[in-house]
Amino acid sequence: MSILVTRDTKVVVQGITGSAGGFHARQMLAYGTQVVAGATPGRGGESFEPAPGKPGVPVFQSVKQAVKATGADTSCIFVPPPVAADAILEAVDAGVRLVVCITEGIPVMDMIKVRRVLDAQDPRSPTRTRLIGPNCPGIITPGTGEGSTGGCKIGIMPGHVHKAGHIGVVSRSGTLTYEAVGQLTALGIGQSTCIGIGGDPVAGLDFVDVLGLFQDDPDTHGVIMIGEIGGGAEERAAAFIKAKMTKPVAAFIAGTTAPPGKRMGHAGAIIAGGKGTAAEKIKALEAAGVKVAPTPSDMATTLKSMMS
Amino acid sequence: MKIHEYQAKALFAKYGVRIPRGYPAFSVDEAEQRARQLASETGGAVVVVKAQIHAGGRGKGGGVKVARGGAAEARALAEKILGMRLVTHQTGPGGQTVRRLYIEQGLDMARELYLGAVVDRDRRRIAFMASTEGGMEIEKVAAQTPEKIVTVHVDPAIGLAGYQARELADALGLYKDGKATVASFTTLVGALYDLFVKEDCSLCEINPLVVLKTGEVVALDAKINFDDNADFRHPEWDELRDRDEEDPAELEAKKVGLNYVSLDGNVGCLVNGAGLAMATMDIIKHVGAESGVTPANFLDVGGSATKEQVTTAFKMILRSPKVKAILVNIFGGIMKCDVVATGVVAAAKELGLNVPLIVRLEGTNVELGRKILNESGLKIVAATTMADGARKVVAAIGGAR
Repeated sequence: MSILVTRDTKVVVQGITGSAGGFHARQMLAYGTQVVAGATPGRGGESFEPAPGKPGVPVFQSVKQAVKATGADTSCIFVPPPVAADAILEAVDAGVRLVVCITEGIPVMDMIKVRRVLDAQDPRSPTRTRLIGPNCPGIITPGTGEGSTGGCKIGIMPGHVHKAGHIGVVSRSGTLTYEAVGQLTALGIGQSTCIGIGGDPVAGLDFVDVLGLFQDDPDTHGVIMIGEIGGGAEERAAAFIKAKMTKPVAAFIAGTTAPPGKRMGHAGAIIAGGKGTAAEKIKALEAAGVKVAPTPSDMATTLKSMMS
Repeated sequence: MKIHEYQAKALFAKYGVRIPRGYPAFSVDEAEQRARQLASETGGAVVVVKAQIHAGGRGKGGGVKVARGGAAEARALAEKILGMRLVTHQTGPGGQTVRRLYIEQGLDMARELYLGAVVDRDRRRIAFMASTEGGMEIEKVAAQTPEKIVTVHVDPAIGLAGYQARELADALGLYKDGKATVASFTTLVGALYDLFVKEDCSLCEINPLVVLKTGEVVALDAKINFDDNADFRHPEWDELRDRDEEDPAELEAKKVGLNYVSLDGNVGCLVNGAGLAMATMDIIKHVGAESGVTPANFLDVGGSATKEQVTTAFKMILRSPKVKAILVNIFGGIMKCDVVATGVVAAAKELGLNVPLIVRLEGTNVELGRKILNESGLKIVAATTMADGARKVVAAIGGAR
């Protein structure tokens, strides 16, 4: 089991005809993800990488057409920042269940509008759209094949460092997630699902949403949560963990040494007005019973020490 | 991205946020001439000479002075302020050199207030904050007397609603000044919302916002930060950018698509990914702080850097005189370890490697990357994990002492 995506998930790639979209669509297909369609305005009717005896992935003019023709239930977005928010809105309107937006550099004003649309959905509706990202590595449910293939990888993470198992990973960072996953796999500990929620100040699913899904997933036995400076998402996660979670959670917060007022790579990684420091977040998490790894090298061992 | 007060005020004027009359000045002569011009335009003798730097607390630092004695006094003040190193609580101990002035009409004010707009990331909306505690640091007000700040969140589908503007006016006690003052304020705050959205701001702050003795509401100060992500639709930002206010290394990095932040330490870091780059800094300090080893920079080469970007990044680190050792930490995903290795070797061969270099590679094409480093003939210390890398870089600097 897993959360949000399985090997049955059918993916439409928005921007499959671009260089990044094409590269990662190929990687996802090789991993075993069901990439059933592409969507690029003006390129409908084309085929992505047909080979002798294989028709390739059909490209459609719109997400709506792709969904209608292929039954795609999830979208993965690789379009450039100026049109990325529009691409998210298009996917929501087409009725996909999950949108994974990889694009980095979307203006915050655009994301405020996207959130307005997402938040206007009925939270109890089973057909509502969830958003992962933007500015994130995506989501992966590892499979049991060679190099964890045979699962579902939607995004840009290296599939081969994963291993199928029972630990959930949720993170605001990309490569730091790979680091945590690499440590788990090296200890022989597999993962149920790993999600990068992204480094932007206004985005889709946050820690609380994902932790709730992990708590309800019978196949997830423990969680590694990777936060960073900026905003209050980790503090809200701490309150949720204290009130609702029975599974062990280990954490790491990046940016203990980050100077205030400086944007540390991610648009959302900034200590503003003295708020959003790593120290505050670590304190809140520890008070909620979370074990916080003292260094990024100890993420997996910290969680392991909590699992009996 | 930050801009100067005079640039922010030009935007205020464009959108209908009321400001005092004023002009930027780049020399003492110009300051005097502008002061004379203001006196004749406004019929008032009082002008304010304001240092233009990208930091708050200018008044306390001696960068804002009032001239009551006409243009000659304004000239004397401009002579003092222009070129001074202005130190405020936001500049750091080194201060910032004043290269630009703003010469502004002095006004008779009755009260000083605070009005600010920010992106509230937890609520995912633009928030307006108003407080009667104008002129003070708003962070202090928020920490000590949070009840004195009233906040409203704007629904992006509707915009700032009339009742919300009135709520802010009420919180500022403007109803006792009369209907005209309330109307003056609601017009101003509506214009500010319009500006915030259309100009892609991440922060707009008016501190102080003043009520004049005439009852009008005017923005006496102006601070605007832009959302860097929106620069593709604002070509005009390029002209607003003041390169003197920015770290040259950070500017150079930005030009080639790298994220770089200068720090005070002695270990140069080259990492892929923002989170991993921060974590690398953290672990260096965790292991090395007691022996005086801390990071010299944050450097994220991104998820898919080219060999050329890695070479540029590595050269930037090599050129910094404070760097006593270098730690390269790469977890290859899309970014392949061999690309990083090739870039590092090219830069080190071109500039010469005179400090210890510790490299930790993991992930995609790791074997190929290690082979390139091994066969380069360079003296490179290999590390297996982040902790191992941090220990080795600390030992390298400790040993060199």
